[in-house]
Amino acid sequence: MDHLYFFLTGLTLFFTFLIFATIFYFMIKYRRRSEQERPPATQQSLPLEISWIAIPSLICVFLFLWGASLFFAAARPPQGAMEIFVVGKQWMWHLQHPEGQREINQLHIPVDVPVRLTMTSEDVIHDFFVPAFRMKMDVLPGRYTSEWFQATKPGSYHLFCAQYCGTLHSGMTGTIEVMTPTDYAQWLRDNASTRSMAESGQELFTRLGCDTCHLADGSGAGPVLQGRFGKQVTLRDGQNLAMDEAYTRQAILDPASLPLPNYRPVMPTFRGQVSEEQILQLIAYIKSLGSGERTQVP
Amino acid sequence: MSTAIAEVPVESRMHYLNASYGIKSWLFTTDHKRIALLYLGSITLMFFIGGAAAVMMRLHLIEPAGALVQPETYNKLFTMHGVIMVFFFLVPSIPATLGNFLVPMMIGARDLAFPRLNLLSWYVYITGGAITLYALISGGVDTGWTFYAPLSTHYVTTHVIATSLGVFINGFSSILTGLNFIVTIHKMRAPGMTWKRMPLFLWSMYATSVIFVLATPVIAIAMVLIGAERLLHVGIFDPAIGGDPVLFQHLFWFYSHPVVYIMILPGMGVVSELVTCFAKKKPFGYIFIAYSSLAIAMISFFVWGHHMFVSSQSVYAGFIFSALSFAVAIPSAIKVFNWTATLYKGSISYQAPMLYALGFIGLFTMGGLTGLFLASLATDVHLHDTYFVIAHFHYIMVGGAVMAYLGGIHFWWPKITGRLYHDGWARLAALVIFVGFNLTFFPQYMLGYLGMPRRYAVYPAEFQVLNVLSSAGASILGMGYLIPFVYLLWSIRYGPVAGSNPWGAKGLEWETPSPPPTDNFEETPRITEEPYGYAEPEHAHV
Ligand code: HEC
Ligand SMILES: [Cu+2]
Ligand SMILES: [Cu+2]
Repeated sequence: MDHLYFFLTGLTLFFTFLIFATIFYFMIKYRRRSEQERPPATQQSLPLEISWIAIPSLICVFLFLWGASLFFAAARPPQGAMEIFVVGKQWMWHLQHPEGQREINQLHIPVDVPVRLTMTSEDVIHDFFVPAFRMKMDVLPGRYTSEWFQATKPGSYHLFCAQYCGTLHSGMTGTIEVMTPTDYAQWLRDNASTRSMAESGQELFTRLGCDTCHLADGSGAGPVLQGRFGKQVTLRDGQNLAMDEAYTRQAILDPASLPLPNYRPVMPTFRGQVSEEQILQLIAYIKSLGSGERTQVP
Repeated sequence: MSTAIAEVPVESRMHYLNASYGIKSWLFTTDHKRIALLYLGSITLMFFIGGAAAVMMRLHLIEPAGALVQPETYNKLFTMHGVIMVFFFLVPSIPATLGNFLVPMMIGARDLAFPRLNLLSWYVYITGGAITLYALISGGVDTGWTFYAPLSTHYVTTHVIATSLGVFINGFSSILTGLNFIVTIHKMRAPGMTWKRMPLFLWSMYATSVIFVLATPVIAIAMVLIGAERLLHVGIFDPAIGGDPVLFQHLFWFYSHPVVYIMILPGMGVVSELVTCFAKKKPFGYIFIAYSSLAIAMISFFVWGHHMFVSSQSVYAGFIFSALSFAVAIPSAIKVFNWTATLYKGSISYQAPMLYALGFIGLFTMGGLTGLFLASLATDVHLHDTYFVIAHFHYIMVGGAVMAYLGGIHFWWPKITGRLYHDGWARLAALVIFVGFNLTFFPQYMLGYLGMPRRYAVYPAEFQVLNVLSSAGASILGMGYLIPFVYLLWSIRYGPVAGSNPWGAKGLEWETPSPPPTDNFEETPRITEEPYGYAEPEHAHV
């Protein structure tokens, strides 16, 4: 990204200089010497017009491709990235590690490991911005967005909320602590939480009575959730969807919108009963029940 | 004493300023020139209110912890600054003042097609402005001028509805002005004034009017929806009941990107006139400059998504919007190159309007090129919503649009008032503004690259040096804007009489006396030659 940035800076300087220099040159060379002076008629030049349309166009095509390819790469997190869950609310960041450690306005991560954030907001739109990682992404209510980065040097870096979110927007800041692998392991141990996210999710799953319908042996009123995460789901109207975080969230908050064939729509909505953080824990639990692609929560 | 003698001819001749007297003759006028002055007065007021908010913000940001106000107040200040400057100053600036004054004159008409509609549009503007000012004074709004949902619809407790109502109403004045210009340019051109004989300013006015008419309804809808959501909880933007907060951003930017071109196209039109006049040259590539205005107007409708690359919009949508945003840069580049080439072998003089025009070209070039950083997907991810963006669009809107506006005001001031201002002071002001501007906004590019987000009432200490520089620049810039205000007003009373064509400019408006008679021309002009005949021998003026 920085290469592109400096290339653009160079380009800007070059053209600014070109225009300024030409103008100054003309300004001096052709300054009005007498009031009676009558300059020659303007000559038009089609080749000149075409060349200054074509050259910038080519440069733009090149810049577009460069920027777009970097963007495309940045939009795809690598397989097996470490996961962090982020909930933004006016005006703080709640972060949770799969192992259960919770942090507020602070995130500890190991160096050289790709980290993928799954983010949502309890209220308005925020934006998780870490200038040092050249990364930012809006954090929306009612939706999951994600971003990923890989820190290359241990240290503390600014975390900013970049989307204006009300009175204390500028206070919605924090730090990303990038640690060496050993320091990070130490930190995890020092802050060991009694429960991993999946375990908290499991506790909720029982407390909210999900387990009365979603039984492992398929005898309940709801579908078996074991081994289901990440698989394709076919809805009653024939629509095919992948069961991902967003799907699961919607299934919990608005089950009627995702009717399955062969099941009676008896699942109640849990809107208002679970917070965004608890939904993330439930999802972690459902993920831990085995998935189509990857299992990562112990 | 000489001025007193010179005054006589002006006073004895009938023109639009002395045709009638009294407040009523102004409030009920349908003369496009008087309406232009009504607008001039009102937008100047708005400019100074919006400017005062900016000065307070810059003062506040001298210290990392905030030197002046609470974050709440700071948020209200930048909202007020944005709302007033965008909707009530920049959008009407050139079209409603110079456009109103010049569109009929430049095509040889006596007035706009619908003079009463024109007056109505001013009243609509005043109503919208009054409501908005009321909202801002009676407690303020803190949504930012972008009114993003669901913050604006469900969370803030300030005067959102009144403000959005003001913006909504004001939109109609843009639409009316746009309609009026389009019809006038189509229908009221004097005999012989073919499209390709029109001054470039008119091409840009025409392109601007198209955007006025097509884009403004969308912001009106967005504002209505905000109100509906707040009052009735219809749920369009509320995810809790199936709404989509991002939809608001689409609606908002569908207007607010084209609006950038509403601000800059007229400026480009003004600069095209100034450069040709002060270089005594026909424009290089007239037809390219003219059509690039239309191209800009067209493409500008399809780039709004570049404000939303990180809004959760799909990656592929990002590709398309990025490509189109690069495309819209081309017509602007064409203009810059053509203006530069126009200077070639010219006879260039450096009176104040030309200084503003050259300032415009330089600052616009920088603003435009830095736009490429934001059109490019990968760099935008980093720079989006940082001070880089602030710097970029101020280079376009203040370095570009406001410079051109001032250049235009200085250029046509003798025509409007019949008096000359002091050129030395005017040049000094242009210089002060140029320096102050760069000192204010150049450091902001750096702040943005270093990662300082916009709309921050407090910020980490490492950004202080650049912020202080920027604030210092802002105080110079503020002074710079006050100087013209003083000497222009002064000139109305004490300035020397201008004569019909003080710059030796071409164009119909210069062939009628200054100030023009109420009907603009003694008799309808006939146009027999191409515009900008600077190379042809001087012919006698009326
Ligand atoms: C009253 C029985 C019942 C309860 C209680 C219940 N569910 Fe369901 N659940 C269902 C049914 C039935 C479906 C099938 C969707 C439909 O047709 O409405 C379902 C679907 C789902 C799905 C989508 C599965 C798929 O493959 O599409 C998820 C995820 C889910 N439930 C999670 C939960 C969680 C988490 C809870 C507890 C907070 C819960 N459910 C509580 C009955 C229930
Ligand atoms: Cu914020
Ligand atoms: Cu835009």
